[in-house]
Amino acid sequence: MNTGMEHVISNAGAVEISAVPILPFQEFRDHVAWSVQGGLGLSALFACPQDGAFRLFAVLRDSAQGVLRVASSLAGSSYAALTPDCPAAHLFEREMAEEWGLHPDGHPWLKPVRFPGGEPACGDVPYYRMEGDEVHEVAVGPVHAGVIEPGHFRFQCHGEKVFHLEISLGYQHRGVEKLLVGGPDKRSIHYAETLAGDTSIGHATAFCQSLESLSRREAPPRAQAIRGIALELERIANHIGDLGALAGDVGYLPTMSWCGRIRGDVLNMTALICGSRFGRGMVRPGGAGFDVDAKITGELEERLAAMLRDARDACGLLWKTPSVLARFEGTGAVSNRDARSMGMVGPAARACGIEEDARHDLPAGIFRFAHIPVSSSRTGDVFARAYVRWLEVQRSAAFISEQLRSLPEGDITAPLPPLPPDSITVNCVEGWRGEICHAALTDSNGRLRAYKIVDPSFHNWFGLALAMRGGEISDFPLCNKSFNLSYCGHDL
Amino acid sequence: MSGIVIRRIRQGYRTMKLPEFGRPGAATRPGRAGGRRAQGCLRRYSAALGAAVLPERFRGLPGIDFSRCRSPCGECAARCPTGAIVPRTAAGIGAAGEPPAPFTLDLGKCLFCGECAAACPEGAIRFSGDWRLASRSRGSLILDGRTFRHADSLEKKIRRLLGRSLRLRQVSAGGCNACEADCNVLSTVGWDIGRFGIEFVASPRHADGILVTGPVTRNMRAALEKTYAAVPTPKIVIASGACAISGGPYSGSEHVFDGVDGILHVDLFVPGCPPHPLTILDGLLRLLGRIR
Repeated sequence: MNTGMEHVISNAGAVEISAVPILPFQEFRDHVAWSVQGGLGLSALFACPQDGAFRLFAVLRDSAQGVLRVASSLAGSSYAALTPDCPAAHLFEREMAEEWGLHPDGHPWLKPVRFPGGEPACGDVPYYRMEGDEVHEVAVGPVHAGVIEPGHFRFQCHGEKVFHLEISLGYQHRGVEKLLVGGPDKRSIHYAETLAGDTSIGHATAFCQSLESLSRREAPPRAQAIRGIALELERIANHIGDLGALAGDVGYLPTMSWCGRIRGDVLNMTALICGSRFGRGMVRPGGAGFDVDAKITGELEERLAAMLRDARDACGLLWKTPSVLARFEGTGAVSNRDARSMGMVGPAARACGIEEDARHDLPAGIFRFAHIPVSSSRTGDVFARAYVRWLEVQRSAAFISEQLRSLPEGDITAPLPPLPPDSITVNCVEGWRGEICHAALTDSNGRLRAYKIVDPSFHNWFGLALAMRGGEISDFPLCNKSFNLSYCGHDL
Repeated sequence: MSGIVIRRIRQGYRTMKLPEFGRPGAATRPGRAGGRRAQGCLRRYSAALGAAVLPERFRGLPGIDFSRCRSPCGECAARCPTGAIVPRTAAGIGAAGEPPAPFTLDLGKCLFCGECAAACPEGAIRFSGDWRLASRSRGSLILDGRTFRHADSLEKKIRRLLGRSLRLRQVSAGGCNACEADCNVLSTVGWDIGRFGIEFVASPRHADGILVTGPVTRNMRAALEKTYAAVPTPKIVIASGACAISGGPYSGSEHVFDGVDGILHVDLFVPGCPPHPLTILDGLLRLLGRIR
């Protein structure tokens, strides 16, 4: 539907690019900024070369109406930055400046995002610095102490107190978005599955839905249910693993040890369906790569019940142990206002009282037929983030068990026709970290002309920096784990 | 407190038993386990592996029946996303000193997606449940009809220096966090890699070597080289996962170096996307001479 200002589509909807109105830039800027100030989310903001200039696309998430609003405009080599009136755009504008040389005039803090060109070298930026007696700087990374991905963190501290944390990423940049252009081809699905390996199902679902919605096709109902089960297994595995790691970070070993093992049990449930603990091969364009028979559903139900019993024991201890609660409560709090203005998503946002969840607000696939209640909390601290995750574990388990009992009959794949030319689609999937947004545009030959990926981490990394303000540097591992953001999902 | 104890009892002892010998039905059976001490160590912890760990649909070492291949149909090579399958020219097949196979399959590039097995009209390629994939040399990863050569142990002199421990610093150089996660999992109580004296350590200065994941992005090369330089000699390098071995799906991207091989000398290659924890553990134990 065209409102004159924007084209309104449902999640996983597609439309011809020509149907998206091109607004004069000032109108576009005001419209996006006002919409976001009025409570809409900025799911994506990206540029695409067109006729010697750049076409800017903004995807506005209207959770109340359950639709996505796509607005667009044209810009030359520079434009008036949106960030001063719409802070959630800050990283998108830095990204466009780096990728296309599109300069946002008036951006308050323009610096590289992923250092794709080699110059300046990755991490080589003038970091924000405080001056003063006894003010000191702590630099960590890119290689960290644990077995995790690389990134650079720089703290401005006075004693233990952190005044500011600056996060510089880009070390994982592999060029995924560019590699997808010209596709889809036989490698495309593997880029989707590995662009953030712990969210293989989430990103693969968003990618496959993109191709399906462009071709105006849907995966068969049975495949949609299997994808939903896999998505929720992925969520449970990661949430349980992180709850265990949080327990470890406050020195509470029982939960840490048990959750480490229970997470493996969940990964093995995914492997029971598709042979891979990370769900590789599970989601394929047009459907699912693997079917489940009665033996597998029976086994899954049994294991799910056993897993939930073990998880109740392991995680339940967290909420009754005073030493754990003392470390969780009040640590790394992000206010509702900050979370909104920075455009945070997922459990981290829901922990601040932002009751948004793409499964509920923008349902696609199986979530149109089976609903999962939104889990939220108020305090925005480590406790709230941990507790929201625990609520989600239980609700996802209930969803899986319901789906296993009522799997639709039928095929698991339906072949896709070639993609139509000059079309655009937007797909949002609620991954375990939050909203995954993929926007795909085709060229006149029906090949992918641009593929924009927004991992939830992209919205949330600045939230981690905010969570550390005024905290102690020793809180960092705990705060970091409570968000557990993706480096490669951000770096692409 | 009593709550913790009751729950502890309910959770039980859950460290996994590990397979000592090949699984029944595995294509090849490894010989006797290493020295007397190693054997004792393994025997204490070993038994047949429960089916729960490796599910039926697990895709391990591809078993290829080259006699069924109707070359030059090329379906498998056409479907392979990473070019792991290379058809050979008819003239080379069967020539003196040449492998007899009509095509080769490079485990270092393989994502174990199973596309080739699905594409082959003759059913010549089947992914087996054999998790033992690690190898000491890049060339051994190329399946060409000759028996797959599992990883040999390190040289005796280095094994003596290491004693009964192996400490590794993990470096993610563009890894997607799947390889990293399944390395990490080895330290959980389920796998308890510490029982073999193997540990992932925080500082390269405390390490005997590095385990690299990811295709080595341009942006991580300097940090990778610095980390390697900080490890005291002699040091080993392990490339874990298709990306670290060959670039995996990212091979050819202008932002990556197609794996660690051209940058550092690699002592152990662990194929997979990502490798199963058991595959990594098997490789490490072979490297230490605990399994042969």
